[in-house]
Amino acid sequence: MTDTVLKPREGSAAPLQTRQRTLASDVWRQFRQHRGGVIGACIFIAIVLMVIFGPYLHDIDPKALDVRAKNQGPSFAHPMGTDNLGRDMFAQVLAGGRTSLSVGVTAMILSLCLGTTVGVIAGYVRKLDGWLMRLTDLFLALPLLPLLLVIIMLFRDTLRKAFGPETGIFFLIVFVIGITSWMQTARIVRGAVLSVKEQEFVLAAKSIGTPGRRIILRHILPNVLSPIMVSATLGIATAIITESALSFLGLGFPSDFPTWGRLLYDGVNFLTINPSRVIWPGLAISLTVLSINYMGDGLRDALDPRIRGR
Amino acid sequence: MKKMAMALAAGVAALSLGAGAAKAERGSDGNLNILYWQAVSILNPFLSGGIKDVEASSIVIEPLAKYDETGQMVPALVDEIPTLANGGISEDLKSITWKIKEGVVWSDGTPLTAHDVAFTAQYCMAPDGGCQQLAKFTDVEKVEAVDDQTVKVTFSVAKPFPYGPFVGKESPIIQKAQFENCVGPKAPECTAQNFGPIGTGPFRVVDFKANDVVTFEANPNYRDPAKPAFATVMIKGGGDPTSAARAVLETGEFDYAWNLQVEPEILAQMEAVGKGVIVTSFGTSVERIEVNLTDPSPDKGADRSTRAGGEHPFLKDPAVRKALSLAIDRELLVEAGYGAAGKPTCNILPAPENYASTGVDWCLKQDVEAANKLLDDAGWVPGADGIRAKDGVRLSVLYQTSTNSVRQATQALVKDMWAQIGVETELRNIDAAVFFGADPSSPDTLQKFYADLEMYTNNFPGTDPEGYMAGWLCSNIPNPDNNWLGTNQPRFCNEEYDALVHEMAKTADLAERGELAKKMNDILSNEGALIPLIHRGEVAAHSVTVEGMRMNSWDSQVWNIADWTRKK
Amino acid sequence: MLNYTLRRLMFAVPTLLIISFIIFALLDLAPNDPTGNLPLTIPPEVRAQIRESLGLGQPFHIRYLKWLEQFFVNEPLNVLEKMTGIEIGNSAERLRIRSWATRSPVVDLIVERMPQTLLVVGMSYLVGVLIAVPIGVISAYRQYSLFDQIGTFVSMVGFSVPTFFTGVVLIVIFSANLGWFPSIYDTTLRVTDWSSFWAQVRQMVLPVTVLALYNAAQLSRFVRASMLDNLNQDYVRTARAKGMRERVVLLVHVLRNSLIPVVTVIALGVPTIFSGAIITEQIFRVNGLGQLLITAIQGADIPLVQTLTFIFAVLIVTFNLIADILYGILDPRIRYD
Repeated sequence: MTDTVLKPREGSAAPLQTRQRTLASDVWRQFRQHRGGVIGACIFIAIVLMVIFGPYLHDIDPKALDVRAKNQGPSFAHPMGTDNLGRDMFAQVLAGGRTSLSVGVTAMILSLCLGTTVGVIAGYVRKLDGWLMRLTDLFLALPLLPLLLVIIMLFRDTLRKAFGPETGIFFLIVFVIGITSWMQTARIVRGAVLSVKEQEFVLAAKSIGTPGRRIILRHILPNVLSPIMVSATLGIATAIITESALSFLGLGFPSDFPTWGRLLYDGVNFLTINPSRVIWPGLAISLTVLSINYMGDGLRDALDPRIRGR
Repeated sequence: MKKMAMALAAGVAALSLGAGAAKAERGSDGNLNILYWQAVSILNPFLSGGIKDVEASSIVIEPLAKYDETGQMVPALVDEIPTLANGGISEDLKSITWKIKEGVVWSDGTPLTAHDVAFTAQYCMAPDGGCQQLAKFTDVEKVEAVDDQTVKVTFSVAKPFPYGPFVGKESPIIQKAQFENCVGPKAPECTAQNFGPIGTGPFRVVDFKANDVVTFEANPNYRDPAKPAFATVMIKGGGDPTSAARAVLETGEFDYAWNLQVEPEILAQMEAVGKGVIVTSFGTSVERIEVNLTDPSPDKGADRSTRAGGEHPFLKDPAVRKALSLAIDRELLVEAGYGAAGKPTCNILPAPENYASTGVDWCLKQDVEAANKLLDDAGWVPGADGIRAKDGVRLSVLYQTSTNSVRQATQALVKDMWAQIGVETELRNIDAAVFFGADPSSPDTLQKFYADLEMYTNNFPGTDPEGYMAGWLCSNIPNPDNNWLGTNQPRFCNEEYDALVHEMAKTADLAERGELAKKMNDILSNEGALIPLIHRGEVAAHSVTVEGMRMNSWDSQVWNIADWTRKK
Repeated sequence: MLNYTLRRLMFAVPTLLIISFIIFALLDLAPNDPTGNLPLTIPPEVRAQIRESLGLGQPFHIRYLKWLEQFFVNEPLNVLEKMTGIEIGNSAERLRIRSWATRSPVVDLIVERMPQTLLVVGMSYLVGVLIAVPIGVISAYRQYSLFDQIGTFVSMVGFSVPTFFTGVVLIVIFSANLGWFPSIYDTTLRVTDWSSFWAQVRQMVLPVTVLALYNAAQLSRFVRASMLDNLNQDYVRTARAKGMRERVVLLVHVLRNSLIPVVTVIALGVPTIFSGAIITEQIFRVNGLGQLLITAIQGADIPLVQTLTFIFAVLIVTFNLIADILYGILDPRIRYD
């Protein structure tokens, strides 16, 4: 109904809508103007599309062995060459991307949520500050490797039974990386919150009786976004690399299950024989991190109330 | 002056001083740099059985007799090896008498006597000492010094092969005067002694940084006045095998690197630089897949992987075991992971010559067709997914091993080969410290064997396989009652085999012992309790400027370091 | 502030006790075993005896209490004795914490490892900070300039490429092909004259480069982000409006305020200097505390792992406190009381 009414006045609709804009559309508008952010988003989406649809175009099985064709350089059949067991590198990079991206992004989100929640609560609620920060200290102090051995020992068989070997391990790895990497974010966010909550606009919000939850979400969080964004970008790189270290130690995915970190790790020794074994996975990780970084920059600028207004 | 002298700087100075001197002179060849990528933790082999520790200490302390690179015993601190023929071994096979060489002195100048030898036995056999080489003293009743030069070892049972104590790198002689107050529970507290044992070997310890670096200097009291040629030796530790190989073969910073299990193409490329050479030697190590003959299913609860839990649902079928072995292309495994350091084998006991069976060779050549036929005939038919099954049991195996890049490559290859005969494989790799740890509370140990198949390498010290073959006795099956201690991982139980083991314990004649060992080997391989894969050699690399190295798999790799020289 | 510091210090003691207990329980639960690295030729019965001789047969709480006594009573007394030269009590009977792999006192091992770790890892941290701060400042001030773009690119690549890769690349280029720097760190080198000093510098170049690149990459991102936040603040506009010179605005006003969150990051990083850089130390065989820890973990050397991680825990708690205090000093708006 309204559509038909509005239709004839389409030309003048745009200025009308800007006055009634929502936060989301506003952020999106701002984000679109950020060239780095847009390029980053494009590259990231391209990488995601590539790892999702790539295996249908380049349909060599990443696990298929052909020892007679090992350590080959790039060719038409193998655009990125082959590894020392004759597995196709391109297929492995594509397959590895699926795992690495999903592990990296999920683990990063988990650790970010944990870190931000703990950081904001610790910084805002003084009563809980001491307890939460001591908890953070505890996690920082725990030796990672024995912790992993214990977690794997306790939960691997249960998860394997419930979800199968690969999905079970996926949950385990995301969980392990998430709970062992949130501490820095928590510390930094808490620091930022401590400083922001003493600023005038927070005091003003408090004085007019704004509830705590609203102060945190509307006033404090947007102002501590930039350290969170940096943590997020760094976090995804750390998650991808940590996953490779876990697999290498026998604590991660089965050894014939490619991931970017693992491909890079296995390829390092073959650096001088076949450089393409390290260049492509290394490039994939770097490009992903770089594109997320630019996206983060764009998003931060778009969300920053001080910049957005202008 | 961009040319590198690197870490050799100190050594080079010493070298140039001694360069004009004659070759056969102690300390004339400067410094020798050795790289053990697993760092040395302690120089007392009785307190650490780790190979790195045992080998590093073998430079300083020596046994009465060593094994040479052919596996022959050679006298070190004695003039001759006691035998039945020369009367050194008693007729009832219950004692052996060693006569120490005249004039051997410790590096502090005091003479080596039979009391030191007797003390060494007392040290290791002391209760609560936690001596890690106790197995060398199995069945020893007493060790006594008859006089200053003569020591007699008495066994509680007849020992056809009495060369356990004081032979080989694992049981060297330590000085009584130095260790006298370190017996039993006190042993670990003697840090100074454990870090700097006084020995009779060609070098003595100058400085020891645990888990990092050991420096040695020539022993001024060494029994051959012309040796050793090197004035100082440094053993550095840390890192990984690939970078260790690089330090010798590519950068030339080190003269010798130990245990280089690296993919063959990488080694070949490094060797092509021309700064060093790769050497291999073969002992008794065999990389094998052990087959779980019991049911590892978690549903069995406490009876999981024990004989009480029943037979394995499909590995109990000899046809399946044989097909798995036949489907493996061992040549390919060698080519991909071992190169010159591996040979395909169907035997669990590939050496020494006297004991090595030549009868089993049916698995040497991959035969997928025959393997498929075996399975077809046994009633295992491929299902819709290509995996064979019979009566609802699918041929799907969990195949575990320790974490190591060569092992994971082997796993991937074997998985691929088994896929060709319709067997599905799930791979698992476990951290070595857990897998080999034998911690009864961990589910992932070699002994618990909560998998269908597991792969690792094993061998035996010295040249006598009696104890090794006894490992597959029915009574050696790990189970909860013996706290999962036991060496019979396949849970193999065969009366004929057990009888052969008991017969060997009573047989002294070398040729007869050889026949018995061969029969046992053939039973194990033909029954398919084990799938032997590769006879593994040890790989090391040394600089082209070092001469006199004789690579040895029967004793320490640096067993003849006194003879090493720098090429002029 | 003093009140706050004292309260935090008091709170630290129970925190550390709980941490030590959790670490101990964790290590006890972990499935790796001290006999795991021994050759298989050592039979299972001997392994059982070895485990017994290491005290693993005793119940968990006894072993924990023993460790507590050794760490908090015996070792400090020992240090005191060494420093003063006076014998306190029966020092020969006093049990020290001994590593299972080396059988030597853990504290001695740690002291032996300190120099190379502090030198290499500490230096790389310092170099990292010195590079990161100017890069972060310029990148933020000239946001989206060519310098910023290149800086972002390099630091992101530097962070996303792991040290196990950069280390090997540097070795292949600079040690194997060019032969400029050694690939193996010699811990026995003593600096006595210019030539040994030069040798020391040369052997530090590669590991320090690898680590500094990684640290600088991470830190410069935080500096840049923090600078950007402050550059848009009202006080900057006010300062400029007052006619202050740009240099003063940037370096005095903006930088000081931007460094507040960065200080947290830097202070939090200091304990990691002591915990060493496990991978880099392994690659270049620096054999410092990081390598000590990883060998101990792999060999399930529980007393050594327990002591090392506990010392790290103490450092973490201490530096977190220092970060909080610095925070309060740098930013007068923050009140803890």
